[in-house]
Amino acid sequence: MSMLTRTRGATADDLAPARSRGARESIFSRGAALLVMGVFTLYFVVPIWWLFIASTKDRGDLLTTPALWFAEWNFFTNVGDLISYGDGIYFRWLLNSIGYAVVGALLATVFAAMCGYALAKYRFPGRELFFNVVLGGVLVPATALALPLFLLFSQVNLTNTYWAVLLPSIVSPFGVYLSRIYAASSVPDELIEAGRIDGAGEVRTFFTVSVRLMTPALVTVFLFQFVSIWNNFFLPLIMLRSAELFPITYGLYSWNTQLNQIPELRTYVLTGSFLSIVPLIVAFLLLQRFWRNGLGSGSVK
Amino acid sequence: MTATEAITRAPDAARRSRPRRGERRKVQHKGAIAIFTGPFGVLFLLFYLIPIGYAVWKSLQVVQREGTYGAPQEVFGGLTQYALVFQNGPFWESVGRVLLFGVVQVPIMLGLALLFALLLDSPALKGKRFFRLAFFAPYAVPGVIAAIMWGFLYSPNLSPFTDVTRAIDFLSPEMVLWSIANVVTWVFVGYNMLIIYSALLAIPSEVYEAARLDGAGQIRIAWSIKIPMVAPAIVLTAVFSIIGTLQLLAEPQVFRSFSSAVSSGFTPNMLIYATSSVPNTQLAAAFSVVLALATFALSFTFLKSTQRKAAQ
Repeated sequence: MSMLTRTRGATADDLAPARSRGARESIFSRGAALLVMGVFTLYFVVPIWWLFIASTKDRGDLLTTPALWFAEWNFFTNVGDLISYGDGIYFRWLLNSIGYAVVGALLATVFAAMCGYALAKYRFPGRELFFNVVLGGVLVPATALALPLFLLFSQVNLTNTYWAVLLPSIVSPFGVYLSRIYAASSVPDELIEAGRIDGAGEVRTFFTVSVRLMTPALVTVFLFQFVSIWNNFFLPLIMLRSAELFPITYGLYSWNTQLNQIPELRTYVLTGSFLSIVPLIVAFLLLQRFWRNGLGSGSVK
Repeated sequence: MTATEAITRAPDAARRSRPRRGERRKVQHKGAIAIFTGPFGVLFLLFYLIPIGYAVWKSLQVVQREGTYGAPQEVFGGLTQYALVFQNGPFWESVGRVLLFGVVQVPIMLGLALLFALLLDSPALKGKRFFRLAFFAPYAVPGVIAAIMWGFLYSPNLSPFTDVTRAIDFLSPEMVLWSIANVVTWVFVGYNMLIIYSALLAIPSEVYEAARLDGAGQIRIAWSIKIPMVAPAIVLTAVFSIIGTLQLLAEPQVFRSFSSAVSSGFTPNMLIYATSSVPNTQLAAAFSVVLALATFALSFTFLKSTQRKAAQ
């Protein structure tokens, strides 16, 4: 990607002497590199390609025509059937997923940014204890929390509601960790002092000035949280019973388990799976710049 | 400083900067601190600390009945549940299964990720942008969807590769664990590749100069300079992979509809789910606690041991 700015001239591209030493070796290694990457490109792309092809075929063609190439084009018929099946439940699932992931990740990012910023920029008793407990939270797997959360939520009658999936999603210990590290290095104390002298409140300084400086880290926190909510399976599995609350992954899973009883679901599962990953792949490709920067920002000095 | 180093170094740095006893100043900006830390603090308490505490408490309970038909009653049972955990064959079988899975899958996945990252960073490769996108694309596919997709690819009568699936039964009891490992690898290689690649891009150019003067080749530079310098990033990906392995759930759960070889207690998390829906929440809670401790201990030990090695 051209947005990928290499600020250094530091790839081995610069190692001109080593390169000019043997042109034959260079051709050989170029060929080898290309071969390795080419073979693995097939490994990564062919399954997605197959899924796309499968979603363009009707049920008969799926089994009888070559799997990696088009037969009769039934994509829009399949999509139409998919959307109308079960009173449009598929569309509902998609909206649910977007809702859980966008709202959850947004709130998680805001709360984590505020907390990480306070840990980086203010001194108060118990600060390090607080931070260490949160760090421990990074290593506690979310699935270990799912069961106790279910037991607690069932005591306050919150299971099988949107809240059951949304509320636990807005806590991101990793976000606090990254925000603290990043705020410490990218928000100068002088700037906060200047804000104070100008008479801006602490909260206002944070939301108008500091947040902007922290943006690369916050985009990363948002993306990480978005992906982990979108992919979360245990929480919906354990919390939700009503199909109208399912996120798309759990919805497709539930269809997939019924394939033996209702074979026509197969087309819906395949088309639905393909449709559900298209927006994510597009978003990922567009946001890759942030991903790259963000992944690196775990290692800022 | 890398993320992993920062995790362990941050407390030390803070200890140093903490004012000495007696000279502790009055805390300024108390209101702002409360506003900033309050929301996260409350949520963390509600959805992390309290559930963990509740799981521990629940795991210390036992159900007693008066007579055969009496109403069940929860009473304190000490470590009874933990004794049951240690006698529970299926639980340890599932733990052994995911450990075997991790010992094979994690090194393969990270080895591939490192190889791809080095190739992306080497001058020998053209079309880097394309490869980076193609390799990362599977990460956009949620585990459930990836498992459904591969499940179809493995199925003898649906697969586009019938020649292969007729020769090898990917869904057989012997193979299914490795078929799942392939799904996990397929999803996560590109992600780990990007983390290592970012670390490679962050190596300053001066580092290569000496090697260049000595006439070191690409492979030599990769082996002696690049790999040691991205070791912290590899440790980070390894820790995340270890956590992920012990928590396996979605992929094997999906595979239950494709293969009868996947039991309801195939992985620890699946067994916890199955146990809690029996319902035996006390035992399930004890499973959860043991699994969380094991994950924590394993990733912490791995972090520590690699750091000691790096310090030598």
